[in-house]
Amino acid sequence: MPTYHLNVNGSQKKVETEADTPMLYVLRDYLELNGPKFGCGIAQCGSCNILINGRATNSCILPISSIGDAEITTLEGLTTNKGKLNAVQQAFVDEQAAQCGYCLNGMVMTAVGLLSTNPNPNETEIKTALQANLCRCGTHTRIIQAIKTAVKSL
Amino acid sequence: MTAVPIRTRRKFLKDLGYISVGFTLLGACSGVEEPVMAARMDYNGKLPGSMGRAKTVNAWLQILEDGSIRVLSGKVELGQGIRTAIQQVAAEELDMDLERVQVHLAETGVTPNEGYTGASASIQNSAMSVRYAAATARQELLTLASKKLNTVVDDLLLYNGIVKSKKSKESLTFAEILEGVQIETEVILPVHIKDYREYRYVGKAIPRTDISDMVRGKAVYIQDLRFPGMLHARVVRPPGYTSQLISLDETGLKTEVSGIIKTVIKGSFVGVITEREYQAVKAEQFLRNHSIWTVPVPFPKSENLYAHIKLIASPPETVKNEGDVAAVFEGAEIFKATYTKPYIKHASMGPACGIAMFDGAILYVWSHSQGIYPMREALATMLSMDADNIHITAVPGAGCFGHSTADDAAADAALLALEHPNTHVRVQWSRQDEHLWDPYGPAMITELEASLDKNNKINSWKTEVWTDSHSTRPNKDAGTVLAARYLENPYQMNSRGYLGGGHRNADPYYSIPNMTVNAHYYDGPFRTSSLRSLGSFANIFAMESFMDVLAEKAGQDPLEFRINHLEDERAISVIQKVQALTSEQNTEDGEGIGFAFMRYKNTDAYIAVAAKVAVDKNNGEAGLIRMWAAVDVGEVINMDGLTNQIEGGMIQSASWTLKEQVTFNTTEITSTDWMKYPILKFSEVPEVEVAIINRPTEDAKGAGEVPVPPTAAAIANAIYNACGKRIYDLPITPEKILNA
Repeated sequence: MPTYHLNVNGSQKKVETEADTPMLYVLRDYLELNGPKFGCGIAQCGSCNILINGRATNSCILPISSIGDAEITTLEGLTTNKGKLNAVQQAFVDEQAAQCGYCLNGMVMTAVGLLSTNPNPNETEIKTALQANLCRCGTHTRIIQAIKTAVKSL
Repeated sequence: MTAVPIRTRRKFLKDLGYISVGFTLLGACSGVEEPVMAARMDYNGKLPGSMGRAKTVNAWLQILEDGSIRVLSGKVELGQGIRTAIQQVAAEELDMDLERVQVHLAETGVTPNEGYTGASASIQNSAMSVRYAAATARQELLTLASKKLNTVVDDLLLYNGIVKSKKSKESLTFAEILEGVQIETEVILPVHIKDYREYRYVGKAIPRTDISDMVRGKAVYIQDLRFPGMLHARVVRPPGYTSQLISLDETGLKTEVSGIIKTVIKGSFVGVITEREYQAVKAEQFLRNHSIWTVPVPFPKSENLYAHIKLIASPPETVKNEGDVAAVFEGAEIFKATYTKPYIKHASMGPACGIAMFDGAILYVWSHSQGIYPMREALATMLSMDADNIHITAVPGAGCFGHSTADDAAADAALLALEHPNTHVRVQWSRQDEHLWDPYGPAMITELEASLDKNNKINSWKTEVWTDSHSTRPNKDAGTVLAARYLENPYQMNSRGYLGGGHRNADPYYSIPNMTVNAHYYDGPFRTSSLRSLGSFANIFAMESFMDVLAEKAGQDPLEFRINHLEDERAISVIQKVQALTSEQNTEDGEGIGFAFMRYKNTDAYIAVAAKVAVDKNNGEAGLIRMWAAVDVGEVINMDGLTNQIEGGMIQSASWTLKEQVTFNTTEITSTDWMKYPILKFSEVPEVEVAIINRPTEDAKGAGEVPVPPTAAAIANAIYNACGKRIYDLPITPEKILNA
């Protein structure tokens, strides 16, 4: 089985697995990270989103062989070493922007990706960015509010 | 609530000589000021149903070595925030800091058996049981401490895990008082509970602590559990409900997919255990493509669904009959309408997961089931095991909104773990299986007839409702868990008939002198079970749409028409509140506002909903602009948790109303993923505003299901007001609006 050297949350990780293994499984099953969630496995819901070089991406259909030396950031990697939350993470706590929270990873990662290219999005831009992220609990309005709060705090 | 204060607040404050709002812990900690004990009153109402099986204090709470409290609840956290609500009531009664109260949720042999987490009943059952147990514990701690400190109870202060004498300043921790013994006192009426006017946690918007764990990616969900040496598995589901396995290419599997530990074939139940999770994904795909199954029994034609339901239904049962409907209808103008609702999915964001390990004697199971004790009965029957040898721990899962697939995944894991002992086996369902095998909320037909008297009041009403079962939740009938139906000796599920509320809210809460409700049960072609609000969704969609039709016939404002048929002040208050919330709204051409009212189950929470929509006359698209709700659940435990439930429920209901239906042809269910079963997306979600009427002296009722039924009718009514098209058949698609 091939061996891959990955740059995950700022550190080097070695993973030995089949070339077609999607990053979602690499991160959860091999690297024991909980952030990215299995929601559909077919890039329809956004629960599994991670940042690849700062861009929010579905990890469930992204084979490990395609990663190379790209910078991978998961939900865990948004927090500083001292445990300080990223502005978006903090805003989700402050706005209590979750019910079950299963989609939260995707929402936070997508929002972080959005804010890195557009630090002051309006509501339409926030909604457009989140259009491919599904939430079943109906927490949408709180999620939008949390992202607005994060924008203000930046 | 029948609560008689034994000591009035005024008297209490006079005794202490100064006024305090509640209990000031800060003073207690700094030692500057004595804490003030909150006033208490006697609760002499009914004890919750959950206490019937767990009457003693120690069944509900334990005092730990360090004086902190562990509350035991038989309920499960599924995103509804029940953990925080329970923590609040316990901390309130025991005057503890919130963080010194931990809540241990459902685990067999540890927590009380509270049946299922459902029916919006966790607050009235679990949280209220904890309230009375904690209040009883407080009394017991004071009594014991008074003996140890050789003083009277009135001389004692109890706060944050200690009891202190005002006179001698001597104090004891809870642990010192109990000396390792738990409080086995039975909870009996009257219970000496805190006066609600002194609450510092209950009724407040206490933030949930689990959201902080979620944003950090901590292990929150069952999907995040990892055990040393844990293996992964998937189950190969048949191509249809009634398909049976003919053959399977096991040899090919081993050459094509690495990491195969074991393929388990038991009749038509096929599971594959692998080292790594993605290997299980590939193995399941391979086996699905390399297996032969019998052809399943065909489904009816999709376009004939409602005719088919009427064809197969049993003769109706009369579930309500007051006055003489037929006599009043005789010669009167009768207004009639038929409303239909398709099969709707739970459609959880997180497909089901189950973990099990058999150590040769005990089977350990981890599940996001809503009812671990009843599920244990199903597993015991399926596996021919003694239930005492099955230990189940509930772990949070993604929101499931009723009985979905959690129990099935646990049953899968249990079967596989028994075939591979001493190893944790984790079964993860695929998105497709989650969409296909979910027990859907059943399709329903609600036919309504009514007549008006000369004063334009409804004088006669008839409901005819067609419904499949709304509850196939696990119990000792092993056929309630999916895998059991496919074993060598399969367990077929016994039909449950009406159980579970197909005719819930089919009888109007309005004052109507003559009323009949007939329910027609059918045993339909799809697997069904409890979906948030059960039959109320279809029935209130129908009834509250029809109320607008009748109001128009009567030439009255729809809200005034409703108020004219209500006597209950709480009902009228929520309607007036939503009226006030929307009074400043103007509607442009193509826009409309619609309303709906409901008292859930006709006995629980009150809600009035308004929706504002814009309908595009060219393409029939109905866009939601804004929704409002006014809600009265009685006593509010957590203001923000309640608001969150109402907001989310309205948005979910809007999704059901405008977009959702299980699609199928005669050979298969075709809504296999999120593209084929779309739900509301961010661009379609409106602003939502919720107003809560808090009534601390009324019984606390659950809220989870409450916003769902009236939202559908409010949207339908808004669409009618926007474009003059009334849609009777859910979902309300652009095509139906154009063709109406």
